[in-house]
Amino acid sequence: MAKKVQTLDEVTIRFAGDSGDGMQLTGTQFTNTVAALGNDLSTLPDYPAEIRAPAGTTYGVSGFQIKFGSTDILTPGDTCDVLVAMNPAALVTNVKILRDGGTIIVNEDAFTEKNLRMAGLSTNPLEDHSLKKFQVHAIGITKLTTYALADMNLSTRFVDKTKNFFALGLMYWMYNRPLDQSIRFIEEKFGAKDRLVAEANLKVLRAGYNYGDTTEVFTTRFDVRPAKLPPGRYRNIMGNVATALGLVAAAKQSGLQLFLGSYPITPASDILHELSRLKEFGVKTFQAEDEIAAICASIGASYAGALAVTTTSGPGLALKTEALGLAIMLELPLVVVDVQRGGPSTGLPTKTEQADLLQAVLGRNGEAPLCVLAASSPADCFLTVYEAARLAIKFMTPVICMTDGYLGNGAEPWRIPDVAELPPIPVTFAKDPAGFQPYSRDPVTLARPWAIPGTPGLEHRIGGLEKQDITGNINYDPDNHDLMIRLRAQKIERIADDIPEQTVEGAPSGDVLLVGWGSTYGSIKSAVTGLRESGHSVSQLHLRHINPFPRNLGTLLSAFKTVIVPEINSGQLIKLLRAKYLVDAVGFNVVRGLPLRSEEIEGFVEKHIGGNHA
Amino acid sequence: MPDTDEQTPVKLTIKDFQSDQDVRWCPGCGDYSILAQVQRVFPEFPHKREQYVAVSGIGCSSRFPYYLNLYGIHSIHGRAPAIASGVKMVNPSLDVWVATGDGDGLSIGGNHMIHMLRRNLNIKVLLFNNQIYGLTKGQYSPTSLLGQITKSTPAGVIDFPFIPVSLALGAQATFVARSMDRDPKHLQEIVRRAESHHGAAFVEIYQNCNVFNDGAFFQFTEKETKDDHIVYLEHGKPLVFGKERQMGIRLDGFRPEAVSLKEGKYSAGDLLVHDEKDSTLAFILANMIHNPDLPRPMGVFLALEHPTYEEQMADQIARAKSRKGEGDLQKLLDGEETWVIK
Repeated sequence: MAKKVQTLDEVTIRFAGDSGDGMQLTGTQFTNTVAALGNDLSTLPDYPAEIRAPAGTTYGVSGFQIKFGSTDILTPGDTCDVLVAMNPAALVTNVKILRDGGTIIVNEDAFTEKNLRMAGLSTNPLEDHSLKKFQVHAIGITKLTTYALADMNLSTRFVDKTKNFFALGLMYWMYNRPLDQSIRFIEEKFGAKDRLVAEANLKVLRAGYNYGDTTEVFTTRFDVRPAKLPPGRYRNIMGNVATALGLVAAAKQSGLQLFLGSYPITPASDILHELSRLKEFGVKTFQAEDEIAAICASIGASYAGALAVTTTSGPGLALKTEALGLAIMLELPLVVVDVQRGGPSTGLPTKTEQADLLQAVLGRNGEAPLCVLAASSPADCFLTVYEAARLAIKFMTPVICMTDGYLGNGAEPWRIPDVAELPPIPVTFAKDPAGFQPYSRDPVTLARPWAIPGTPGLEHRIGGLEKQDITGNINYDPDNHDLMIRLRAQKIERIADDIPEQTVEGAPSGDVLLVGWGSTYGSIKSAVTGLRESGHSVSQLHLRHINPFPRNLGTLLSAFKTVIVPEINSGQLIKLLRAKYLVDAVGFNVVRGLPLRSEEIEGFVEKHIGGNHA
Repeated sequence: MPDTDEQTPVKLTIKDFQSDQDVRWCPGCGDYSILAQVQRVFPEFPHKREQYVAVSGIGCSSRFPYYLNLYGIHSIHGRAPAIASGVKMVNPSLDVWVATGDGDGLSIGGNHMIHMLRRNLNIKVLLFNNQIYGLTKGQYSPTSLLGQITKSTPAGVIDFPFIPVSLALGAQATFVARSMDRDPKHLQEIVRRAESHHGAAFVEIYQNCNVFNDGAFFQFTEKETKDDHIVYLEHGKPLVFGKERQMGIRLDGFRPEAVSLKEGKYSAGDLLVHDEKDSTLAFILANMIHNPDLPRPMGVFLALEHPTYEEQMADQIARAKSRKGEGDLQKLLDGEETWVIK
């Protein structure tokens, strides 16, 4: 029968199931397909810290949300339009973010008494009318998958593992997306190694698609046209991959060997995985025995003349604290990537948060300033870490590049840069022994010379003890210590002369300025768009450079009646802004381990303006 | 990749390794001798001065790099092996040395030490063991003896000490040796052996702290007692000791015992013959410390040839380049699936 096709501007779908149900893979496959069709998109993988929690439990539920559209997609969506739930636990934990009237597709075969009990349900939601505000499609996905593979003589366990591709196929049909990309993926992944696995997955994928086409349950399919993105060549990219590529690009453009010292930690490990595969670029990756060894090896690598990097998350950054102080004292270039996660302590390892900012800016013994940058979207990780490398080398300093779990694991389309257009990263190693002093300084940047072992005549010792100005010899003189503290601080301050002036999105003055940093860019932007549509005078300022702040920041802030700072922490950037600019800023802080919701920001701003007017 | 610089040898002298910094160890400290022996033998090695890097942590021993006129980092407590690893991985042609102590290397930095050794980076470790914390003024260390009275153990040490040699062997080190500050000739020879070893080398050096733990090793270092209390290990030779070389070590099963060669019951042919390639024997020799009737072995316990970490790292990169060609950055950025928006 002919089915109606309805065109939508944007859709948010959430795939949810057991950790072992392959929801991350299903979501990624769907993402790659919509990306290749030119939709703008944003994704949010939301998975538990347990690798394989007992099947059927709510704490074992793994989710993957994607918002895609023909419009400018800024966030993975506050709510979703479609929920694909592979079992009762996935339904109960995710139904609260489904909009009223939204669509639920469930695997009804999983709604057994045992699974209902595991999900803490006393009645079956498919029968107790609790889902009446939604359109529910209960489909026997397990059964249909079994039928599709009936002639292949496969174990039940194996068949069960392919059922996520049934759901994927069905969603491809529903959103009028072709199967090609996933077919190619299956062929490449299993084709050569295991024909049987490839055949089974392909069969199930097609069965899902055909089920949508033939069954009378679905009367409408949807189409989402390509987005009007700026011209160029695009790919879909995850933040952690963008970070890895940014580092390789910086190494290439600086002509340095790339060295990564790292210790596995969620959600940063993917950067280590990515870089360890890129040996043909001469990348040296070192999985150290701990976080401390990881940064220390990187400090050694930097001393020896490499572009040295260490990647971690909050608890790891805490462990690296003392060594960061050493890097500041040695004045060697070092890039530290902090993919923030929920804290404190072990906290919420797989969730996102912005609560490491003060740790990054201030968290060291002694007066120990360094440069801090933050990426604002998954694709922006590329340029931000590239900029971190550039500044580290130019100013001979450690630079912390902040991303977070949402940016690291989230994905979006990326306009691929032309290598020739990347900013140059010049490197000068000291060569001339005449008048060489390890702690002499460039008059503009205050950077000391980078003199690497192997260079004749420049043999010198550096260390963590206070140094004499210029010679770098150990020195305990009180005035020299005061001078060195000032010099190290001034060097970091001078970075402000090297970075672009800060820009404001929207009017340069007005009632409200929303100031953010990091992964909240999309949520804030979408809130600002909504507020402007409602007639409010609201602009946005989003910081990439946090220490030092851009040189014109104070002027920009003073042009607005109210400055509001939304953050996924209890108010950290706001403390820095208040301290530096004496601005009476207002914080909007929600710390749930999830991206901020645009509508909450909007609501807060409206209430605040209302409150002010009243 | 060769460790040594193959170019024209440069004649270096002891002066080339002396820095302009005043040495600030306590007068009479064993560290002076260790520094002197290193400065004496370094000129013999086939490297240019700029090829050496000395890395240390924190502690009296860790002042070492300041007194050598070489590239050096005086880093933070315990982390020297990790920093040295980074230096060596990035530039395998450098000759990298770590100076550390029993506190720095075995307590706060114990983890880095064992992992650097098991990876077999071609880095040389000189561990100055004085069985005390000197720089913090006299607390006990992980090698202090049971019952030892120190500032932090007025009633005596109750934790069992590490045997540094056993720890290094357990960490799969490919070269393990022991020497003493007060035996300059032997120490020079062991430093030479460490240098020529291809891989991680661990050298424990008994070092007298004359301020906080004076005389800890006197029975091994002083003229009156040393001959009866130490046995020198020499590859392929029987273990003989004593003032008149009248004693020997023989194995009773796996248990070493000291026997007299004078009484006619045993001759040199019955004695244990040292084999540096035998890791089981190395453990037996390391454990002799537990039996007060046995002399303390000095010398090379173990010397095995294994590929180094940095060689294998470079090799993986070379293989990837020959298989895939030199990495093309634009191709990498493009990835596998792209689309064009006009």
